[in-house]
Amino acid sequence: MEQVIDIVSWIFLVAGGLFCVIGTVGMIRMPDMFTRLHAASIVDTLGMGFLMVGMILQAGFTLVAAKLIIIVALILLTSPVATHALAQAALHAGLRPKLDHDETGGHIAGEDTSSNS
Amino acid sequence: MFFAAMVAVLVSLGLALTRALLGPTMFDRVLAGNTIGTLAVLALALIGFVTGRPDFLDIAILYTLLNLIGTIAVLRYFKLSEPVTPAAPKE
Amino acid sequence: MLYFASAVIITYIFWLVLSGHYTPLLLVIGAVSSILVVMLGSRMAVVDREGHPIDLVGRAIWYWPWLLWQIVKSGIDVSRIILSPSLPISPTLINVRASQKSAVGLVTYANSITLTPGTVSVEVEGDEITVHAITYAGAQDVAEGGMDRTVSRFEGDGAAQ
Repeated sequence: MEQVIDIVSWIFLVAGGLFCVIGTVGMIRMPDMFTRLHAASIVDTLGMGFLMVGMILQAGFTLVAAKLIIIVALILLTSPVATHALAQAALHAGLRPKLDHDETGGHIAGEDTSSNS
Repeated sequence: MFFAAMVAVLVSLGLALTRALLGPTMFDRVLAGNTIGTLAVLALALIGFVTGRPDFLDIAILYTLLNLIGTIAVLRYFKLSEPVTPAAPKE
Repeated sequence: MLYFASAVIITYIFWLVLSGHYTPLLLVIGAVSSILVVMLGSRMAVVDREGHPIDLVGRAIWYWPWLLWQIVKSGIDVSRIILSPSLPISPTLINVRASQKSAVGLVTYANSITLTPGTVSVEVEGDEITVHAITYAGAQDVAEGGMDRTVSRFEGDGAAQ
């Protein structure tokens, strides 16, 4: 039993580390700021999630596991807020994403179409 | 095995730092800073396991909260200071 | 009053997990300080249904695993895009309608979109959300409205404030 949990948690730890590297590689490769947001959100969700699950399995039913779960919940609640604030601030500062398809017809929610510069 | 995860997190930290240094816009740097914050939380938790001192987890919780506040504060600062810079000089 | 009590309980559990020492003195100090904190919070008018909708916890039990599964699925998709040498991205900006009635539901929907890798909600105004997606297919997925319906079901009829 002990062995099985060890192996499973190792798999999770390795997967988490891999997703962290993938996400940051994406941050280097992506062409503009808005696409980099997507790469960064991989680190915030999958990389963090898998690493934390691996650590929770190693910790077992202890106070350490409870603290790890609190960290996971806090990151999952705060990271979309930060990402959304970043995207919104970038858009309002006049940074336009490089688009292949613009389905909005130039209209962005909460913005006058006339003020597009 | 924690060591392998630690190496992966450190490599990711290096890559995120590269993006922070490359820029090109201010928002890229803030995004990289946010990612570095998340990776620092992971690194802290891993350090707690490697050294067998769970006290590091408390610091990790604090970092999680500071990360959000720091990102919002920087964005807010630039949002508020924005109209000041392009204002046309009055004669 | 219900929200006051539940906020005190949640704050106290947070204290218990963080402290790790269970002597009577520390337990009493924890109880007193969590009540004080929630009293401060109610002066700031954040202790209400919008602040922490405790009645949604029952539905969160099936919503969160569903959301986690969506995150894993689209996360693997985006990882594949990053790792493929040609970088097959087609960034798309799209406006979608949100059918949620309450602010809690709308925030849940916008945050779920952002949390899922591959889509970011850029701007929310009224019931309209502007979404930036990394692929055209991902944008069509959001516009198709599967997640919208699920969040509406999660929000339920408890939307009346």
